[in-house]
Amino acid sequence: MGRHVATTTHPGPVLVAAGCGGTGRELASYGDLSALGGFVTRTITLRPRPGGPQPRVVESPSGLLHAVGLQNPGLDRFLATELPWLVRAGARVVVSIAGETVAEHAELARRVGQSPGVAALEVDLAEPDPTDWGLVETREPMASGLVATRIVATCRRELPRDVPVLAKVRLDPLRVLDQALGLAEAGADGLVVGHSLPALMPDGRHAGLSGPSLFAVARRCVAEVHAGLPTLPVIGCGGVATAEDARAMLAAGAVSVQVGSAMLTDPTTAHRISAELAADAAAAAESTGAGTRVGEALA
Amino acid sequence: MTTPTAEAPTGPRHVTGEILTTKKVGAYQHLTLAVPDVAERARPGTFVALPAGEGRMGRRAFWIRGVRTVGGFGSAVEVVVDPTGPGSRWLAAQPAGTRLEVTGPLGRPFSLPRDPVSCVLVGEGYSAACLFPLASRLKERGCTVVILLAAADESRLLAALEARRTARSVTVVTGDGSVGRSGAGAPLADLVAAALPEVLQRAAADVVYAAAPAATLARVARAAEDVGAWSQTALEQPGPCLTGLCQGCAVPVVGEDRLVRMVRGCTEGPVLRGDRVRWDDLGGVPAPVDQGAL
Repeated sequence: MGRHVATTTHPGPVLVAAGCGGTGRELASYGDLSALGGFVTRTITLRPRPGGPQPRVVESPSGLLHAVGLQNPGLDRFLATELPWLVRAGARVVVSIAGETVAEHAELARRVGQSPGVAALEVDLAEPDPTDWGLVETREPMASGLVATRIVATCRRELPRDVPVLAKVRLDPLRVLDQALGLAEAGADGLVVGHSLPALMPDGRHAGLSGPSLFAVARRCVAEVHAGLPTLPVIGCGGVATAEDARAMLAAGAVSVQVGSAMLTDPTTAHRISAELAADAAAAAESTGAGTRVGEALA
Repeated sequence: MTTPTAEAPTGPRHVTGEILTTKKVGAYQHLTLAVPDVAERARPGTFVALPAGEGRMGRRAFWIRGVRTVGGFGSAVEVVVDPTGPGSRWLAAQPAGTRLEVTGPLGRPFSLPRDPVSCVLVGEGYSAACLFPLASRLKERGCTVVILLAAADESRLLAALEARRTARSVTVVTGDGSVGRSGAGAPLADLVAAALPEVLQRAAADVVYAAAPAATLARVARAAEDVGAWSQTALEQPGPCLTGLCQGCAVPVVGEDRLVRMVRGCTEGPVLRGDRVRWDDLGGVPAPVDQGAL
Protein backbone atom coordinates (compact mmCIF):
# COMPACT_ATOMS: atom_id res chain seq x y z
CA MET A 1 0.00 0.00 0.00
CA GLY A 2 1.32 3.39 -0.93
CA ARG A 3 0.41 4.86 2.39
CA HIS A 4 3.62 6.77 2.80
CA VAL A 5 5.00 9.53 0.69
CA ALA A 6 8.18 8.39 -0.92
CA THR A 7 10.54 10.38 1.23
CA THR A 8 12.70 9.18 4.04
CA THR A 9 12.48 12.22 6.29
CA HIS A 10 9.02 13.62 6.56
CA PRO A 11 9.04 17.21 7.72
CA GLY A 12 5.70 17.19 9.46
CA PRO A 13 1.96 17.05 9.05
CA VAL A 14 1.21 20.47 7.54
CA LEU A 15 0.38 20.90 3.87
CA VAL A 16 -0.77 23.86 1.80
CA ALA A 17 -4.29 23.24 0.45
CA ALA A 18 -5.23 23.30 -3.23
CA GLY A 19 -5.64 26.74 -4.73
CA CYS A 20 -4.10 28.57 -1.78
CA GLY A 21 -0.40 28.43 -2.62
CA GLY A 22 -0.32 29.99 -6.08
CA THR A 23 2.14 28.19 -8.34
CA GLY A 24 4.48 27.67 -5.38
CA ARG A 25 6.94 30.32 -6.52
CA GLU A 26 5.06 33.10 -4.75
CA LEU A 27 4.98 31.10 -1.52
CA ALA A 28 8.69 30.33 -1.71
CA SER A 29 9.40 34.01 -0.99
CA TYR A 30 8.17 33.44 2.55
CA GLY A 31 9.56 30.02 3.37
CA ASP A 32 11.30 26.94 2.07
CA LEU A 33 8.72 24.67 0.44
CA SER A 34 10.74 21.59 1.43
CA ALA A 35 10.10 22.46 5.08
CA LEU A 36 6.39 21.71 4.66
CA GLY A 37 4.66 18.34 4.78
CA GLY A 38 3.45 18.95 1.27
CA PHE A 39 2.27 21.41 -1.33
CA VAL A 40 -1.07 20.73 -2.99
CA THR A 41 -1.18 22.41 -6.39
CA ARG A 42 -4.07 24.46 -7.65
CA THR A 43 -6.53 22.09 -9.28
CA ILE A 44 -5.30 21.10 -12.74
CA THR A 45 -7.65 20.19 -15.58
CA LEU A 46 -6.80 18.55 -18.87
CA ARG A 47 -7.31 21.74 -20.87
CA PRO A 48 -6.39 25.28 -19.81
CA ARG A 49 -9.13 27.24 -18.09
CA PRO A 50 -9.38 31.04 -17.93
CA GLY A 51 -11.44 31.06 -14.72
CA GLY A 52 -14.57 33.11 -14.01
CA PRO A 53 -15.43 36.81 -13.95
CA GLN A 54 -14.81 39.27 -11.11
CA PRO A 55 -15.38 39.40 -8.26
CA ARG A 56 -13.77 36.03 -7.72
CA VAL A 57 -13.02 36.18 -4.02
CA VAL A 58 -14.85 38.35 -1.50
CA GLU A 59 -14.83 38.61 2.27
CA SER A 60 -17.66 37.29 4.32
CA PRO A 61 -18.01 37.70 8.08
CA SER A 62 -17.10 34.06 8.56
CA GLY A 63 -14.48 33.56 5.90
CA LEU A 64 -14.02 34.01 2.17
CA LEU A 65 -16.47 33.41 -0.65
CA HIS A 66 -14.79 32.30 -3.83
CA ALA A 67 -15.65 31.51 -7.43
CA VAL A 68 -12.27 31.51 -9.14
CA GLY A 69 -13.47 29.01 -11.71
CA LEU A 70 -10.51 26.64 -11.66
CA GLN A 71 -8.17 28.96 -13.54
CA ASN A 72 -5.16 26.84 -14.46
CA PRO A 73 -2.75 26.42 -17.37
CA GLY A 74 -3.94 22.92 -18.26
CA LEU A 75 -2.07 19.65 -17.82
CA ASP A 76 0.52 20.11 -20.59
CA ARG A 77 1.83 23.42 -19.36
CA PHE A 78 1.57 22.41 -15.73
CA LEU A 79 3.74 19.34 -16.34
CA ALA A 80 6.20 21.35 -18.44
CA THR A 81 6.67 24.33 -16.13
CA GLU A 82 5.01 24.41 -12.71
CA LEU A 83 5.61 20.82 -11.63
CA PRO A 84 9.35 20.70 -12.45
CA TRP A 85 9.84 23.97 -10.60
CA LEU A 86 8.08 22.63 -7.49
CA VAL A 87 10.09 19.42 -7.58
CA ARG A 88 13.35 21.37 -7.91
CA ALA A 89 12.30 23.53 -4.97
CA GLY A 90 12.12 20.38 -2.86
CA ALA A 91 8.34 20.48 -2.35
CA ARG A 92 6.43 17.26 -1.71
CA VAL A 93 4.03 17.85 -4.53
CA VAL A 94 0.46 16.66 -4.28
CA VAL A 95 -1.18 17.30 -7.66
CA SER A 96 -4.85 18.22 -7.42
CA ILE A 97 -6.94 17.26 -10.45
CA ALA A 98 -10.51 17.65 -11.67
CA GLY A 99 -12.06 16.39 -14.88
CA GLU A 100 -15.05 16.61 -17.14
CA THR A 101 -15.37 12.84 -17.55
CA VAL A 102 -14.07 9.66 -15.96
CA ALA A 103 -11.87 9.15 -19.02
CA GLU A 104 -10.33 12.57 -18.50
CA HIS A 105 -9.44 11.62 -14.93
CA ALA A 106 -7.74 8.52 -16.31
CA GLU A 107 -5.58 10.61 -18.63
CA LEU A 108 -4.79 13.13 -15.89
CA ALA A 109 -3.82 10.40 -13.41
CA ARG A 110 -1.73 8.49 -15.95
CA ARG A 111 0.28 11.50 -17.06
CA VAL A 112 0.72 12.91 -13.56
CA GLY A 113 1.83 9.46 -12.38
CA GLN A 114 4.44 9.27 -15.12
CA SER A 115 5.96 12.58 -14.04
CA PRO A 116 8.91 12.41 -11.68
CA GLY A 117 8.64 13.87 -8.22
CA VAL A 118 4.90 13.59 -7.59
CA ALA A 119 4.25 12.63 -3.97
CA ALA A 120 0.51 11.99 -4.32
CA LEU A 121 -2.55 12.68 -6.45
CA GLU A 122 -5.51 14.50 -4.94
CA VAL A 123 -8.78 13.99 -6.80
CA ASP A 124 -11.14 16.89 -6.31
CA LEU A 125 -14.56 15.27 -5.89
CA ALA A 126 -16.00 18.10 -3.86
CA GLU A 127 -16.31 21.24 -5.98
CA PRO A 128 -19.47 22.94 -4.66
CA ASP A 129 -20.86 23.42 -8.17
CA PRO A 130 -19.09 21.03 -10.52
CA THR A 131 -21.53 21.41 -13.38
CA ASP A 132 -21.14 25.22 -13.40
CA TRP A 133 -17.58 24.61 -14.56
CA GLY A 134 -18.30 21.68 -16.83
CA LEU A 135 -16.89 19.14 -14.41
CA VAL A 136 -18.30 15.66 -13.92
CA GLU A 137 -21.23 15.64 -11.49
CA THR A 138 -20.15 13.96 -8.24
CA ARG A 139 -23.04 15.06 -6.07
CA GLU A 140 -25.06 11.89 -6.43
CA PRO A 141 -25.27 9.73 -3.30
CA MET A 142 -21.77 8.44 -2.75
CA ALA A 143 -22.69 5.19 -1.02
CA SER A 144 -24.32 3.87 -4.16
CA GLY A 145 -21.08 4.72 -5.50
CA LEU A 146 -21.11 5.43 -9.06
CA VAL A 147 -19.18 8.31 -10.48
CA ALA A 148 -16.95 9.28 -7.58
CA THR A 149 -15.89 5.73 -6.84
CA ARG A 150 -15.33 5.02 -10.53
CA ILE A 151 -13.11 8.08 -10.74
CA VAL A 152 -11.04 6.97 -7.75
CA ALA A 153 -10.78 3.38 -9.00
CA THR A 154 -9.70 4.66 -12.40
CA CYS A 155 -7.04 6.95 -10.95
CA ARG A 156 -5.76 4.16 -8.71
CA ARG A 157 -5.44 1.88 -11.70
CA GLU A 158 -3.59 4.46 -13.80
CA LEU A 159 -1.07 5.46 -11.13
CA PRO A 160 2.11 3.67 -10.08
CA ARG A 161 1.58 1.79 -6.82
CA ASP A 162 3.84 4.14 -4.85
CA VAL A 163 1.84 7.25 -5.71
CA PRO A 164 -1.11 7.47 -3.29
CA VAL A 165 -4.56 8.59 -4.44
CA LEU A 166 -6.21 11.02 -2.07
CA ALA A 167 -9.93 11.65 -2.52
CA LYS A 168 -11.09 15.12 -1.51
CA VAL A 169 -14.67 15.00 -0.24
CA ARG A 170 -17.37 17.40 0.92
CA LEU A 171 -17.88 18.58 4.47
CA ASP A 172 -21.05 16.59 5.10
CA PRO A 173 -20.79 15.10 8.61
CA LEU A 174 -23.82 12.86 8.18
CA ARG A 175 -22.68 11.23 4.96
CA VAL A 176 -18.93 11.52 5.00
CA LEU A 177 -18.36 8.06 6.46
CA ASP A 178 -20.52 6.45 3.76
CA GLN A 179 -18.48 8.31 1.16
CA ALA A 180 -15.26 7.24 2.82
CA LEU A 181 -16.28 3.56 2.85
CA GLY A 182 -17.10 3.64 -0.85
CA LEU A 183 -13.98 5.52 -1.81
CA ALA A 184 -11.67 3.37 0.33
CA GLU A 185 -13.14 0.29 -1.27
CA ALA A 186 -12.54 1.85 -4.68
CA GLY A 187 -8.87 2.19 -3.83
CA ALA A 188 -8.44 5.59 -2.21
CA ASP A 189 -5.25 5.55 -0.13
CA GLY A 190 -6.43 8.48 1.94
CA LEU A 191 -9.15 11.06 2.30
CA VAL A 192 -8.94 14.83 2.31
CA VAL A 193 -11.82 16.18 4.39
CA GLY A 194 -13.00 18.52 2.99
CA HIS A 195 -13.73 21.39 0.61
CA SER A 196 -15.59 24.71 0.64
CA LEU A 197 -19.32 24.75 1.37
CA PRO A 198 -21.77 25.72 -1.38
CA ALA A 199 -22.73 29.37 -0.90
CA LEU A 200 -23.81 32.45 -2.82
CA MET A 201 -21.81 35.53 -3.71
CA PRO A 202 -23.40 38.84 -2.69
CA ASP A 203 -24.40 39.24 -6.35
CA GLY A 204 -26.18 35.86 -6.32
CA ARG A 205 -23.67 33.76 -8.25
CA HIS A 206 -22.68 30.33 -6.98
CA ALA A 207 -19.61 30.33 -4.75
CA GLY A 208 -17.80 28.29 -2.16
CA LEU A 209 -17.37 29.38 1.46
CA SER A 210 -14.03 28.71 3.14
CA GLY A 211 -12.44 29.87 6.34
CA PRO A 212 -12.56 29.57 10.11
CA SER A 213 -16.32 28.98 10.20
CA LEU A 214 -15.75 25.59 8.58
CA PHE A 215 -13.26 24.35 11.14
CA ALA A 216 -15.61 22.69 13.60
CA VAL A 217 -17.56 21.01 10.77
CA ALA A 218 -14.36 19.74 9.16
CA ARG A 219 -13.16 18.41 12.49
CA ARG A 220 -16.45 16.60 13.00
CA CYS A 221 -16.11 15.00 9.57
CA VAL A 222 -12.56 13.86 10.38
CA ALA A 223 -13.80 12.35 13.65
CA GLU A 224 -16.68 10.53 11.89
CA VAL A 225 -14.38 8.96 9.33
CA HIS A 226 -11.73 8.11 11.88
CA ALA A 227 -14.30 6.42 14.13
CA GLY A 228 -15.67 4.28 11.30
CA LEU A 229 -12.48 3.66 9.38
CA PRO A 230 -9.60 4.01 11.84
CA THR A 231 -7.01 2.65 9.42
CA LEU A 232 -7.78 5.07 6.55
CA PRO A 233 -5.43 8.08 6.63
CA VAL A 234 -7.48 11.27 6.83
CA ILE A 235 -6.17 14.75 6.11
CA GLY A 236 -8.12 17.51 7.82
CA CYS A 237 -8.83 20.53 5.65
CA GLY A 238 -11.18 23.35 6.55
CA GLY A 239 -10.57 26.51 8.54
CA VAL A 240 -7.21 25.51 10.01
CA ALA A 241 -5.51 28.81 10.85
CA THR A 242 -3.41 28.19 13.98
CA ALA A 243 -1.23 25.50 15.51
CA GLU A 244 -3.99 24.97 18.05
CA ASP A 245 -6.43 24.21 15.22
CA ALA A 246 -3.94 21.78 13.72
CA ARG A 247 -3.44 19.99 17.05
CA ALA A 248 -7.21 19.70 17.47
CA MET A 249 -7.56 18.29 13.97
CA LEU A 250 -4.84 15.71 14.65
CA ALA A 251 -6.46 14.86 17.97
CA ALA A 252 -9.73 14.14 16.11
CA GLY A 253 -7.93 11.51 14.08
CA ALA A 254 -6.31 13.32 11.16
CA VAL A 255 -2.81 12.23 10.13
CA SER A 256 -2.09 15.67 8.75
CA VAL A 257 -3.77 18.97 8.00
CA GLN A 258 -4.06 21.24 4.98
CA VAL A 259 -3.98 24.99 5.45
CA GLY A 260 -6.10 26.86 2.93
CA SER A 261 -7.72 30.27 3.20
CA ALA A 262 -5.55 31.27 6.16
CA MET A 263 -2.66 31.41 3.67
CA LEU A 264 -4.42 34.30 1.93
CA THR A 265 -4.33 36.43 5.07
CA ASP A 266 -0.81 35.43 6.10
CA PRO A 267 1.37 33.59 3.58
CA THR A 268 3.57 32.27 6.40
CA THR A 269 0.72 30.42 8.16
CA ALA A 270 1.65 26.88 7.05
CA HIS A 271 5.31 27.39 7.91
CA ARG A 272 4.42 28.86 11.29
CA ILE A 273 2.08 25.99 12.21
CA SER A 274 4.61 23.49 10.94
CA ALA A 275 7.35 24.97 13.11
CA GLU A 276 5.10 24.97 16.19
CA LEU A 277 4.13 21.33 15.70
CA ALA A 278 7.78 20.41 15.17
CA ALA A 279 8.55 22.08 18.50
CA ASP A 280 5.76 19.98 20.12
CA ALA A 281 7.23 16.83 18.63
CA ALA A 282 10.73 17.71 19.77
CA ALA A 283 9.48 18.39 23.30
CA ALA A 284 7.57 15.10 23.32
CA ALA A 285 10.64 13.23 22.11
CA GLU A 286 12.66 14.87 24.86
CA SER A 287 10.23 13.83 27.58
CA THR A 288 9.67 10.26 26.40
CA GLY A 289 13.16 9.68 25.14
CA ALA A 290 11.75 8.22 21.99
CA GLY A 291 11.54 9.65 18.50
CA THR A 292 8.01 10.60 17.59
CA ARG A 293 6.53 9.80 14.28
CA VAL A 294 4.11 12.68 14.06
CA GLY A 295 2.75 13.04 10.61
CA GLU A 296 4.87 10.31 9.12
CA ALA A 297 1.94 9.15 7.12
CA LEU A 298 0.85 11.81 4.73
CA ALA A 299 -1.63 9.46 3.27
CA MET B 1 17.96 24.23 0.65
CA THR B 2 17.50 27.20 -1.56
CA THR B 3 14.66 27.81 -3.94
CA PRO B 4 15.03 29.82 -7.12
CA THR B 5 13.11 32.85 -5.89
CA ALA B 6 14.40 32.81 -2.33
CA GLU B 7 17.64 34.35 -3.60
CA ALA B 8 16.03 37.41 -5.17
CA PRO B 9 16.87 40.37 -2.95
CA THR B 10 13.76 42.23 -4.07
CA GLY B 11 11.20 39.61 -3.02
CA PRO B 12 8.50 40.28 -0.45
CA ARG B 13 8.65 39.67 3.28
CA HIS B 14 5.92 39.10 5.84
CA VAL B 15 6.84 40.95 9.02
CA THR B 16 5.34 42.59 12.06
CA GLY B 17 5.54 46.33 11.54
CA GLU B 18 4.54 49.29 13.63
CA ILE B 19 2.73 52.53 12.87
CA LEU B 20 5.24 55.27 13.65
CA THR B 21 3.16 58.23 12.61
CA THR B 22 -0.38 58.71 11.41
CA LYS B 23 -1.58 62.05 10.14
CA LYS B 24 -4.70 63.29 8.40
CA VAL B 25 -3.85 65.22 5.25
CA GLY B 26 -6.93 66.45 3.43
CA ALA B 27 -9.29 63.52 2.91
CA TYR B 28 -6.52 60.96 3.37
CA GLN B 29 -4.58 59.46 6.25
CA HIS B 30 -0.81 59.32 5.81
CA LEU B 31 0.91 56.50 7.70
CA THR B 32 4.58 55.83 8.28
CA LEU B 33 5.27 52.18 9.06
CA ALA B 34 8.44 50.75 10.54
CA VAL B 35 8.86 47.54 8.59
CA PRO B 36 12.18 45.76 9.00
CA ASP B 37 13.55 44.29 5.78
CA VAL B 38 10.63 45.55 3.65
CA ALA B 39 11.49 49.18 2.95
CA GLU B 40 14.91 48.34 1.50
CA ARG B 41 13.28 46.10 -1.11
CA ALA B 42 10.71 48.60 -2.30
CA ARG B 43 10.74 49.86 -5.90
CA PRO B 44 8.46 52.50 -7.44
CA GLY B 45 5.15 50.82 -8.26
CA THR B 46 5.31 48.16 -5.56
CA PHE B 47 2.86 48.05 -2.68
CA VAL B 48 2.34 46.61 0.78
CA ALA B 49 -0.57 44.48 2.02
CA LEU B 50 -1.98 45.54 5.38
CA PRO B 51 -4.65 44.03 7.61
CA ALA B 52 -8.19 45.39 7.56
CA GLY B 53 -9.16 44.80 11.16
CA GLU B 54 -10.25 41.96 13.42
CA GLY B 55 -12.39 39.34 11.71
CA ARG B 56 -11.54 40.42 8.15
CA MET B 57 -9.61 37.79 6.24
CA GLY B 58 -8.89 39.95 3.22
CA ARG B 59 -5.98 42.35 3.13
CA ARG B 60 -5.77 45.82 1.63
CA ALA B 61 -3.16 47.08 -0.81
CA PHE B 62 -1.38 50.41 -0.36
CA TRP B 63 1.09 51.99 -2.74
CA ILE B 64 4.48 52.68 -1.28
CA ARG B 65 4.67 56.46 -1.39
CA GLY B 66 8.19 56.71 -0.09
CA VAL B 67 10.89 55.08 1.97
CA ARG B 68 12.80 56.83 4.68
CA THR B 69 15.14 56.18 7.55
CA VAL B 70 13.71 56.80 10.98
CA GLY B 71 16.07 57.16 13.92
CA GLY B 72 15.97 54.05 16.08
CA PHE B 73 13.64 52.15 13.78
CA GLY B 74 15.75 51.61 10.70
CA SER B 75 13.80 52.09 7.54
CA ALA B 76 10.13 52.85 7.15
CA VAL B 77 7.60 53.04 4.33
CA GLU B 78 5.01 55.74 3.85
CA VAL B 79 1.52 54.90 2.60
CA VAL B 80 -1.62 56.91 1.90
CA VAL B 81 -4.95 55.53 3.11
CA ASP B 82 -8.24 56.64 1.61
CA PRO B 83 -10.69 55.77 4.39
CA THR B 84 -13.70 54.79 2.30
CA GLY B 85 -14.45 51.17 3.27
CA PRO B 86 -14.62 49.44 6.65
CA GLY B 87 -11.10 48.02 6.29
CA SER B 88 -9.41 51.25 5.29
CA ARG B 89 -11.37 53.20 7.93
CA TRP B 90 -10.15 50.76 10.58
CA LEU B 91 -6.59 51.21 9.42
CA ALA B 92 -6.86 55.00 9.29
CA ALA B 93 -8.15 55.03 12.87
CA GLN B 94 -5.25 53.05 14.38
CA PRO B 95 -2.97 55.13 16.60
CA ALA B 96 0.81 55.35 16.39
CA GLY B 97 2.39 52.38 18.12
CA THR B 98 -0.11 49.88 16.66
CA ARG B 99 1.59 46.73 15.48
CA LEU B 100 0.51 45.32 12.10
CA GLU B 101 1.31 42.28 10.01
CA VAL B 102 2.81 43.75 6.84
CA THR B 103 3.52 41.91 3.61
CA GLY B 104 5.65 43.57 0.99
CA PRO B 105 6.93 44.94 -1.19
CA LEU B 106 4.55 43.17 -3.57
CA GLY B 107 4.11 43.27 -7.31
CA ARG B 108 6.18 44.19 -10.32
CA PRO B 109 7.47 47.77 -10.24
CA PHE B 110 7.52 50.36 -13.01
CA SER B 111 10.20 49.68 -15.60
CA LEU B 112 12.70 52.49 -15.77
CA PRO B 113 14.07 53.64 -19.12
CA ARG B 114 17.76 53.09 -19.78
CA ASP B 115 18.15 56.41 -21.55
CA PRO B 116 17.18 59.89 -20.42
CA VAL B 117 13.79 60.19 -22.13
CA SER B 118 10.76 62.39 -21.72
CA CYS B 119 8.30 60.98 -19.19
CA VAL B 120 4.74 62.03 -18.37
CA LEU B 121 3.35 60.83 -15.05
CA VAL B 122 -0.43 60.74 -14.56
CA GLY B 123 -1.86 60.22 -11.08
CA GLU B 124 -5.39 60.32 -9.75
CA GLY B 125 -6.40 60.64 -6.09
CA TYR B 126 -4.44 58.57 -3.60
CA SER B 127 -3.07 56.36 -6.40
CA ALA B 128 -0.68 59.18 -7.29
CA ALA B 129 1.27 58.13 -4.17
CA CYS B 130 3.36 55.61 -6.13
CA LEU B 131 4.43 58.27 -8.65
CA PHE B 132 6.53 60.31 -6.20
CA PRO B 133 9.29 57.73 -5.72
CA LEU B 134 9.10 57.07 -9.48
CA ALA B 135 9.59 60.74 -10.31
CA SER B 136 12.73 60.84 -8.16
CA ARG B 137 14.20 57.76 -9.82
CA LEU B 138 13.46 59.09 -13.29
CA LYS B 139 15.06 62.41 -12.46
CA GLU B 140 18.19 60.62 -11.18
CA ARG B 141 18.43 59.02 -14.61
CA GLY B 142 18.27 62.36 -16.34
CA CYS B 143 14.72 61.96 -17.61
CA THR B 144 12.44 64.93 -18.08
CA VAL B 145 9.43 64.53 -15.79
CA VAL B 146 6.07 66.17 -16.41
CA ILE B 147 3.20 65.41 -14.06
CA LEU B 148 -0.58 65.49 -14.49
CA LEU B 149 -2.43 65.19 -11.20
CA ALA B 150 -6.16 64.64 -10.97
CA ALA B 151 -8.51 64.51 -8.00
CA ALA B 152 -12.17 64.98 -7.21
CA ASP B 153 -11.34 68.02 -5.09
CA GLU B 154 -8.44 69.74 -3.36
CA SER B 155 -8.63 67.52 -0.28
CA ARG B 156 -7.89 64.50 -2.49
CA LEU B 157 -5.04 66.10 -4.38
CA LEU B 158 -1.83 64.46 -3.33
CA ALA B 159 1.09 66.78 -2.64
CA ALA B 160 1.08 68.97 -5.73
CA LEU B 161 3.81 71.02 -4.06
CA GLU B 162 6.10 68.04 -3.72
CA ALA B 163 5.40 67.15 -7.35
CA ARG B 164 6.60 70.58 -8.40
CA ARG B 165 10.01 69.94 -6.83
CA THR B 166 10.79 66.96 -9.09
CA ALA B 167 8.80 67.81 -12.20
CA ARG B 168 9.47 70.31 -14.92
CA SER B 169 5.79 71.11 -15.00
CA VAL B 170 2.71 70.02 -13.10
CA THR B 171 -0.80 70.20 -14.45
CA VAL B 172 -3.64 69.85 -11.97
CA VAL B 173 -7.22 68.89 -12.75
CA THR B 174 -9.93 68.72 -10.12
CA GLY B 175 -13.49 67.57 -10.56
CA ASP B 176 -14.94 70.53 -8.69
CA GLY B 177 -12.44 73.11 -9.89
CA SER B 178 -11.09 73.80 -6.40
CA VAL B 179 -7.55 73.76 -7.84
CA GLY B 180 -6.24 73.91 -11.38
CA ARG B 181 -8.50 73.20 -14.30
CA SER B 182 -12.12 72.74 -13.38
CA GLY B 183 -14.05 69.75 -14.52
CA ALA B 184 -17.50 71.04 -13.69
CA GLY B 185 -18.33 67.69 -12.16
CA ALA B 186 -17.45 65.54 -15.18
CA PRO B 187 -15.94 62.07 -14.48
CA LEU B 188 -12.24 62.34 -13.74
CA ALA B 189 -11.42 59.85 -16.49
CA ASP B 190 -12.97 62.26 -19.00
CA LEU B 191 -11.10 65.21 -17.53
CA VAL B 192 -7.78 63.42 -17.69
CA ALA B 193 -8.49 62.27 -21.23
CA ALA B 194 -9.28 65.85 -22.21
CA ALA B 195 -6.18 67.35 -20.62
CA LEU B 196 -3.68 64.66 -21.52
CA PRO B 197 -3.13 65.07 -25.30
CA GLU B 198 -1.85 68.60 -24.87
CA VAL B 199 0.43 67.55 -21.99
CA LEU B 200 1.83 64.66 -24.02
CA GLN B 201 2.34 66.91 -27.03
CA ARG B 202 4.10 69.61 -25.08
CA ALA B 203 6.39 67.12 -23.32
CA ALA B 204 7.03 65.16 -26.53
CA ALA B 205 6.45 62.15 -24.27
CA ASP B 206 8.32 58.92 -24.88
CA VAL B 207 6.86 57.10 -21.89
CA VAL B 208 3.65 57.63 -19.91
CA TYR B 209 3.42 56.28 -16.36
CA ALA B 210 -0.01 56.23 -14.76
CA ALA B 211 -1.60 55.26 -11.44
CA ALA B 212 -5.36 55.73 -11.22
CA PRO B 213 -8.65 53.85 -11.24
CA ALA B 214 -9.06 51.53 -14.23
CA ALA B 215 -11.40 53.86 -16.14
CA THR B 216 -8.73 56.56 -16.17
CA LEU B 217 -5.91 54.14 -16.94
CA ALA B 218 -7.78 52.92 -20.02
CA ARG B 219 -8.00 56.48 -21.33
CA VAL B 220 -4.34 57.17 -20.54
CA ALA B 221 -3.25 54.02 -22.36
CA ARG B 222 -5.22 55.07 -25.44
CA ALA B 223 -3.88 58.63 -25.37
CA ALA B 224 -0.32 57.33 -25.10
CA GLU B 225 -0.83 55.02 -28.03
CA ASP B 226 -2.25 57.93 -30.08
CA VAL B 227 1.06 59.77 -29.79
CA GLY B 228 3.24 56.68 -30.14
CA ALA B 229 4.39 56.65 -26.50
CA TRP B 230 4.87 53.59 -24.30
CA SER B 231 2.54 53.43 -21.33
CA GLN B 232 2.95 51.73 -17.98
CA THR B 233 -0.20 51.56 -15.93
CA ALA B 234 -0.35 50.76 -12.21
CA LEU B 235 -3.66 48.97 -11.78
CA GLU B 236 -5.31 48.48 -8.43
CA GLN B 237 -7.38 45.31 -8.15
CA PRO B 238 -9.22 44.07 -5.08
CA GLY B 239 -7.40 41.31 -3.14
CA PRO B 240 -7.94 39.46 -0.98
CA CYS B 241 -4.50 37.88 -0.72
CA LEU B 242 -2.41 40.29 -2.85
CA THR B 243 0.46 37.81 -2.77
CA GLY B 244 -0.36 35.79 -5.90
CA LEU B 245 -1.71 32.80 -4.01
CA CYS B 246 -5.46 33.00 -4.70
CA GLN B 247 -5.91 34.04 -8.36
CA GLY B 248 -8.66 36.40 -7.28
CA CYS B 249 -7.44 39.43 -9.23
CA ALA B 250 -7.26 38.18 -12.82
CA VAL B 251 -6.57 40.79 -15.53
CA PRO B 252 -6.94 39.97 -19.24
CA VAL B 253 -3.79 40.92 -21.16
CA VAL B 254 -2.67 40.35 -24.72
CA GLY B 255 0.78 38.83 -25.16
CA GLU B 256 3.41 39.40 -27.85
CA ASP B 257 1.81 36.43 -29.58
CA ARG B 258 -1.55 38.27 -29.75
CA LEU B 259 -3.13 35.70 -27.42
CA VAL B 260 -5.16 36.70 -24.38
CA ARG B 261 -4.03 35.51 -20.97
CA MET B 262 -5.51 36.01 -17.53
CA VAL B 263 -2.69 37.29 -15.32
CA ARG B 264 -2.72 38.14 -11.65
CA GLY B 265 -3.02 41.86 -11.01
CA CYS B 266 -1.01 41.55 -7.80
CA THR B 267 1.88 39.44 -9.07
CA GLU B 268 2.27 39.89 -12.84
CA GLY B 269 1.03 43.45 -12.14
CA PRO B 270 0.23 45.85 -10.64
CA VAL B 271 2.24 47.67 -13.29
CA LEU B 272 1.24 46.41 -16.73
CA ARG B 273 1.89 47.77 -20.19
CA GLY B 274 -1.11 49.90 -21.05
CA ASP B 275 -1.28 48.64 -24.61
CA ARG B 276 -1.42 45.04 -23.37
CA VAL B 277 -4.38 45.26 -21.00
CA ARG B 278 -7.76 44.43 -22.51
CA TRP B 279 -9.40 47.40 -20.75
CA ASP B 280 -12.89 46.78 -22.11
CA ASP B 281 -12.84 43.22 -20.79
CA LEU B 282 -11.54 44.06 -17.33
CA GLY B 283 -13.49 42.10 -14.72
CA GLY B 284 -14.72 39.61 -17.29
CA VAL B 285 -13.23 36.72 -19.16
CA PRO B 286 -12.71 37.48 -22.85
CA ALA B 287 -13.17 34.61 -25.25
CA PRO B 288 -9.63 33.41 -25.66
CA VAL B 289 -8.09 34.09 -29.04
CA ASP B 290 -6.53 30.67 -28.83
CA GLN B 291 -7.41 27.73 -26.58
CA GLY B 292 -3.84 27.16 -25.50
CA ALA B 293 -3.35 30.73 -24.46
CA LEU B 294 -3.91 30.77 -20.75
